[in-house]
Amino acid sequence: MTSDTAPGSTEQGSHIRDTSSSFGITPEQYMLPAAQQIRMLGPDGRLIPEEEQGTSPGHEYPIPEDDALLAAYEALVVGRRVNDQNYALVRQGRLAVYPSSHGQEACQVGAALALGDGDWMFPTYRDTVATISRGVDPLEVMVSFRGDWHCGYDPLQYKISAMSTPLTTQLLHAVGVAHAAKLRGEDTVVLAMCGDGATSEGDFHEALNFAAVFEVPVVFFVQNNGYAISVPLSHQTAAPSLAHKAIGYGMAGEQVDGNDMVAVLATLRRAVDLARKNSMPLLLEAITYRMQAHTNADDDSRYRESDEVEQWKQRDPLQRMRTFLTDRGVLDENAETRISGKAEEVAAALRLAMTTEPAMDPLEIFDHVYSAPTAQLREQRAQLADELARNQEG
Amino acid sequence: MATTTTTPAAAETATAAKPTTFAAALNTAMSDAMEREASVCVFGEDVGTLGGVFRITDGLTQRFGKGRCFDTPLAESGIAGMAMGMAMNGMRPVIEMQFDAFAYPALEQIFSHIAKTANRSRGRVRLPMVIRIPYGGGVGGVEHHCDSSEAYYAHTPGLKIYTPATVSDAYLMLREAIDSPDPVVFFEPKKLYWTKESVDLSALRTQYESAAEDSTTPAAGVGAEGRAVVVREGTDVSFISYGPSVSTALKAAEAAAEDGISAEVLDLRSIVPFDDAALAATVAKTGRAIVIAEAQGFVSVASEIVARIQERSFHSLSSPVKRVTGFDIPYPSPKLEEHHLPSVDRILDALDELQWED
Repeated sequence: MTSDTAPGSTEQGSHIRDTSSSFGITPEQYMLPAAQQIRMLGPDGRLIPEEEQGTSPGHEYPIPEDDALLAAYEALVVGRRVNDQNYALVRQGRLAVYPSSHGQEACQVGAALALGDGDWMFPTYRDTVATISRGVDPLEVMVSFRGDWHCGYDPLQYKISAMSTPLTTQLLHAVGVAHAAKLRGEDTVVLAMCGDGATSEGDFHEALNFAAVFEVPVVFFVQNNGYAISVPLSHQTAAPSLAHKAIGYGMAGEQVDGNDMVAVLATLRRAVDLARKNSMPLLLEAITYRMQAHTNADDDSRYRESDEVEQWKQRDPLQRMRTFLTDRGVLDENAETRISGKAEEVAAALRLAMTTEPAMDPLEIFDHVYSAPTAQLREQRAQLADELARNQEG
Repeated sequence: MATTTTTPAAAETATAAKPTTFAAALNTAMSDAMEREASVCVFGEDVGTLGGVFRITDGLTQRFGKGRCFDTPLAESGIAGMAMGMAMNGMRPVIEMQFDAFAYPALEQIFSHIAKTANRSRGRVRLPMVIRIPYGGGVGGVEHHCDSSEAYYAHTPGLKIYTPATVSDAYLMLREAIDSPDPVVFFEPKKLYWTKESVDLSALRTQYESAAEDSTTPAAGVGAEGRAVVVREGTDVSFISYGPSVSTALKAAEAAAEDGISAEVLDLRSIVPFDDAALAATVAKTGRAIVIAEAQGFVSVASEIVARIQERSFHSLSSPVKRVTGFDIPYPSPKLEEHHLPSVDRILDALDELQWED
């Protein structure tokens, strides 16, 4: 088999030119983010007038249909409940660690709901809610935070990579998954997630550059929550915005209000559609806020004012969406009861599972290193088995 | 194993042994694997149009197209990371790191992800990929072009480390690496690239492919993985070596024979997995061992071999085990490298220092 779907087969940058001309704007106008971040809901949850949403030609985002918005709200409520339940479980000593996305749930939910079944997601350690919103059993996700194993779900089954702890290394894997799909003629889109601090890493640069050069459909989704543990964004970059970095790679960038569920879903959906249709990457920066400390081991009072946290509380994504959907007549008391009942079920299952000691086989630590254990690992496995047997006797 | 198609190349190439370079054997191994299996793709810096700075990938783009063999942006972490993603999604990437020391930007990808993904995912995600690294010195290369970096990788669980020392092994072991379900770091001694041996690549192809078909796991039982080979029989001392140092060890064995000492030479071939049985067998036979490797000796593969002999073969020994390795210095400049690299004389000196009286 020969294949020519590599750089050099199409004229470099032609996708950007074709896409921008289809909107009647220049490539620069298309690649640079809109003059203001895309926002559809005000802080109070009221729909803001279309002319104030930040959109302009080539940067227009239709509001998703009501069914999708209600599904997003349900995922928001469940996600918030999971965040808060896990936070409590850490305090009770049931979980080793939990990096909460409390306050960032609109980004989490949007990431999951914007993708099709055949698409891939590459989350970070803070993206638990994104993975469960895409259908992973919360108990499987918590396997790693409980300390049982590094990853508890099957990445191939869910098309979700193991949540990455190193920063932005996974963005290159996302490019590779998309590239493999493209070589086979499949239209898989890959959503690659990272935070604001991670954009300083070298692999962020390499991944965006590779994706643009190879013209693969990867949506880079940056949740800018203001801090990399303690270090504010101003120490990470002197760029006008993270979305502005896109044009340097020859791709389009956009900024969105990350606490506006409607705008997040609308912008991500369009990014996924464009990536799929035109086989090209895009960069979306969501402005959001981490309401809690980095993890339970962190003390956020050492680097930020409580006033700041209070201000962001007024822009809570869940409350805004609830107001919007109630105003729109999509969310009524019945739906609210059903959804909160579901969230409580998920939380109860988490509590029960995390208070039960898992059955673990220490010998499994040798079993997956290679497709078949080496002679050396067989020896070491036998040694541990012997130690365990003697401990049992003793 | 891959689906079989008749390889037109097989019919065209020579049916008998002829002088063949190490480079040609590697090139043929890749093109045979690509011919046989559509998921095999080759990429890296300058590997496409140019055919690689050492020409190891020469002609692959022309033959298989730009989707199967292509140049990437100049970024090694990107090459390794993208390869991992492709391996996650059904491909068998074979990537080239242009030189040993230029692979270092890729180390985070290799150590934190490529080596650990199978374990992290409880075996659900396997990464069948090959990282080719031209390594070692002896070619007059400037700084950053002559490192023997195998210990860094060998220290990382989850990677397999192969390094061929002969033209036949260059072909067979690269085929085996490409078919491995595990990530293989494939160290190519660059000083051997243009050495020639009389080899029938067509016969090797038939040998490899029929052996692979006979086994559900081609690596197990028939290949070089985890299998050292005695390349010269002897009775008085064992020279343990791999990659670029095997030929030096053979020359030293030749010289030792003139002094009436019979040296056995063991070519490890596969550093991970390691062939403890072959090591123990040769030490049991000769009772003496000298480990020969280009890499600096401190905390090296050579150190590991000595430790394993001590742990497993102590009672077979008639003498302390010696090492002849590079010095513990950054690789020297071209005009000084001859003083650094293990030489026949240095091996013979080590031989003299062994305990020969009971």
